[in-house]
Amino acid sequence: MVSNYSIEQIFKLLSEIPDPEIPVINIIELGILREVKFVDEVCVIVITPTYTGCPAMKVIEDDIRIKLKEIGIEKVKVELVYSPAWTTDWISDEAKEKLRAYGIAPPDHSSVDKKVLLGKARDLKCPLCGSIHTEMISQFGSTACKALYRCLDCKEPFDYFKCL
Amino acid sequence: MTLQEAKFEYLLRLGDSSLIIGHRLSEWCGHGPILEEDIALINIALDFVGNATSILGYAGQVEGKGRTEDDLAFMRGEREFRNLLITEQPNGDFANTIARQFLFDTYMFFLYEELKSSKDETIAAIAVKSHKEITYHLRHTSEWMLRLGDGTAESHERLQNGLNDLWMFTSEMFDMDEVDTLLMKEGIAPDLNKVKANWEKRVHEVLTEATLEIPTTTFKQKGSKEGKHSEHLGFLLAEMQYVHRAYPGAKW
Repeated sequence: MVSNYSIEQIFKLLSEIPDPEIPVINIIELGILREVKFVDEVCVIVITPTYTGCPAMKVIEDDIRIKLKEIGIEKVKVELVYSPAWTTDWISDEAKEKLRAYGIAPPDHSSVDKKVLLGKARDLKCPLCGSIHTEMISQFGSTACKALYRCLDCKEPFDYFKCL
Repeated sequence: MTLQEAKFEYLLRLGDSSLIIGHRLSEWCGHGPILEEDIALINIALDFVGNATSILGYAGQVEGKGRTEDDLAFMRGEREFRNLLITEQPNGDFANTIARQFLFDTYMFFLYEELKSSKDETIAAIAVKSHKEITYHLRHTSEWMLRLGDGTAESHERLQNGLNDLWMFTSEMFDMDEVDTLLMKEGIAPDLNKVKANWEKRVHEVLTEATLEIPTTTFKQKGSKEGKHSEHLGFLLAEMQYVHRAYPGAKW
């Protein structure tokens, strides 16, 4: 018997881990945590990286280990799987609402719009005042997953979680 | 040459190109023309370094000698690197960087589109992941090509100069050797002639719309597949590898 905790309990525990950059959503809501299993005496946690270069993945890995250590599980292996590729489609509608309430415009497409290689910025609703008079300042914002927008009505800048 | 050896070589080519261009882009950190562009270039650099980490990590596994992605990135010399020559060319001014990035991003876009259906599952999975990010990169650099090319007289001239200087490095992207042919037969790597056709079409479209001239130089600089690099790679590696080599085995 490796641990007194069941897989379900471990899942519930790990759902307390927030995204380091966006603390209102957790790693299960983001679709990062894929599987929890025991192999021999080791607790194996399977996660999917969001962006290939995302530095938050390391922090999330550390947070997983810390959480498991709190309940006495020390032999931990964190595995990265690339397939199926992470997509913003996996973010639930509730999680998207949490993003909006936090001031980040959630991904508005169901998948990457491949036709628009040289396209113009889409009309996004400002998460703060609700206006659609917004414009993109930069495709790349404070993190790789977000773009930077500005509302032309309330004048506030805001982040947009890009569709991937 | 065994299939395993060919795969290892091929993965080094992919991983090294991403690593070196990621490093070049990171040199812009703190020096971008405007804040948003500084952030954009660094984010793109991060995507490339992340891609290199996945590919080189897999390369080490395929080689089977216990080398990790860090060993491969920091402990090899110039002659062992397989990145395309275009990726090690210095940044120069912003227009030159954009020219280099656009030519390379277009290549990456069409190459990875093919790699998504590789018979090697790991390569296919990494390709599916990276291709989405590459699409964003290409959109970004394409827009800059238009703004600079169809911009002021100065931006147009600087961008045209960049294109003219870098054009000789573009044919190497599509050369196929024993490694490519073997892997193509196995369904692991694509036919680079197909990638080339797509690349030419796209590049010509964007250059024309940006009122730029398609360079006419026919000289073709090559050598990366044999580890023969331009004079720039040595200096780049000296900077990139210094800390790792100065403190072997160090841990954060």
